[in-house]
Amino acid sequence: MSSENITSDSKGNGAQPRSLVVGELVKEYVKGNPVLKGISFEVSGRTTVGIIGPSGTGKSTLLRCINRLIEPTSGTISIAGVDMVSMSGTGLRHARRRIGMVFQEFNLVERLSVIENILCGRLGYLPVWRAWLRKFPKEDIEKAFELLDAVGLTEFMTKRADELSGGQRQRVGIARAVMQNPAIIMADEPTSSLDPKTSVEIMETLNRFSEQQAIPVLINIHDVNLAQRFCDRIIGMSQGYVVFDGPPADLTSDHLKEIYGGEDWLA
Amino acid sequence: MSTQAGSRNPFKPNWLARIGWLILFAYCVYALSALHISWDRFVAGLGNGAEFIGELFPPNFSRWKLLLENLVETCEIAVIASAFGILFSLPIGLSAARNLMPEWLTWPARGLIAVCRSFHPVIFAILFVKAVGFGPLAGILTLIFASIGFIGKLFAEAIEEISLKPVEAMRAAGSPFMSVLIFAVLPQVLNRFIGFATYQFDSNLRNSTMVGIVGAGGIGGTLFAAFQRFDYDFLCTILLSIIALIMVSEYLASKIKEVFNG
Repeated sequence: MSSENITSDSKGNGAQPRSLVVGELVKEYVKGNPVLKGISFEVSGRTTVGIIGPSGTGKSTLLRCINRLIEPTSGTISIAGVDMVSMSGTGLRHARRRIGMVFQEFNLVERLSVIENILCGRLGYLPVWRAWLRKFPKEDIEKAFELLDAVGLTEFMTKRADELSGGQRQRVGIARAVMQNPAIIMADEPTSSLDPKTSVEIMETLNRFSEQQAIPVLINIHDVNLAQRFCDRIIGMSQGYVVFDGPPADLTSDHLKEIYGGEDWLA
Repeated sequence: MSTQAGSRNPFKPNWLARIGWLILFAYCVYALSALHISWDRFVAGLGNGAEFIGELFPPNFSRWKLLLENLVETCEIAVIASAFGILFSLPIGLSAARNLMPEWLTWPARGLIAVCRSFHPVIFAILFVKAVGFGPLAGILTLIFASIGFIGKLFAEAIEEISLKPVEAMRAAGSPFMSVLIFAVLPQVLNRFIGFATYQFDSNLRNSTMVGIVGAGGIGGTLFAAFQRFDYDFLCTILLSIIALIMVSEYLASKIKEVFNG
């Protein structure tokens, strides 16, 4: 009976629109010296959005402000209609359950098995005593196995995460994020630690989940070609502002010059 | 600063270190003479030692019942103290970890650990004998404090060395703090914790043979009495049984580690 309670709210929320709205977001680490200078955009539905921009322009800060791992200074953020900025404590924790996050360095628990790492995506929905006893509800376990198949790691189920290659680890990271039944998935440089071929596979995997489950995916990425190839929309950031927002086809070398500065590298 | 040939020597002589070694050697020679320790004194001591060892043998096993009783009590002290010591040092060590806990919690926890570490078990044993009276309770309390000092400190350090990446991932997924500890922190420190705990059990067993000397229960009391009564043959039996006990515990400790790591 309690297992029904645990999953019921996720099912209920699943009907709500899967969307993110960011308005006039400002983040200052040092007062008077903002990193993000009023970022606004909306993302919803079956879409993959790539955020490009030079290193240090605040792309990671932006993603971490959205799920409040970093406190935004001002602005509005709402996920599936839920205001993130005013949240705290348990409310914030429950809101975070609907935001899947994929990390550059995978952030898996190295000593846990692949299937355990995927199930970690459900910890937000699980009472602590169940986590302690490893008593995940049956639906969660079934879903974890489905995702394991979907990312092609069935035979690695009981392998420890530190036995996997980079690409395999990132697929576990993606499966863990999807396991949350998220309203949005955010990926922070998901391919930067991987070789070009594996990077393409990871982008394909993210695209596929976005497609199949109608989850919007927001990706920080510094490989412009990869972004243009796999994203439906590109947001270009430079010096804390959004300087481009549109389909990849509209992204010209003039835009890239504005985003990254200089032009020698474009040749 | 300059780039003369002399300063380009890749292996610079460290004159400060050389002078330091020289001073240390000179001090050792001075201290030996100040304590009136000479070669003649050492030889005289050797002769005395040989005589003492001669009196130890053959060991006397006639009072094996008393010995067994004492050994059992010693083991009981060590096991109870280890169990509670490990139990208490988990939350205290966790509270002292500066990468996970707020400062208002780490300071008192670190203070408590520092107090537990500042006294040798003998001093704790004397204090507890005064506080709660003669007997095993004083010994158990002594070793609980010793365990908290050792495991608490090392456990806190182990937690401070973990990777925070999985912690970040689980916070981002909305996990409750306790679940983050269970799934992201514990797997990273469990092996080391088992190592500290088994080492401390070993050390508690050793120390529980000692606390009896100041009246805190266990075989130490009998050992001290035998010593004072010049019962050297019984003393020998006690020493041999302690050696056997420690060897058994070392074997057990290695088995425990196998179980958890296997």
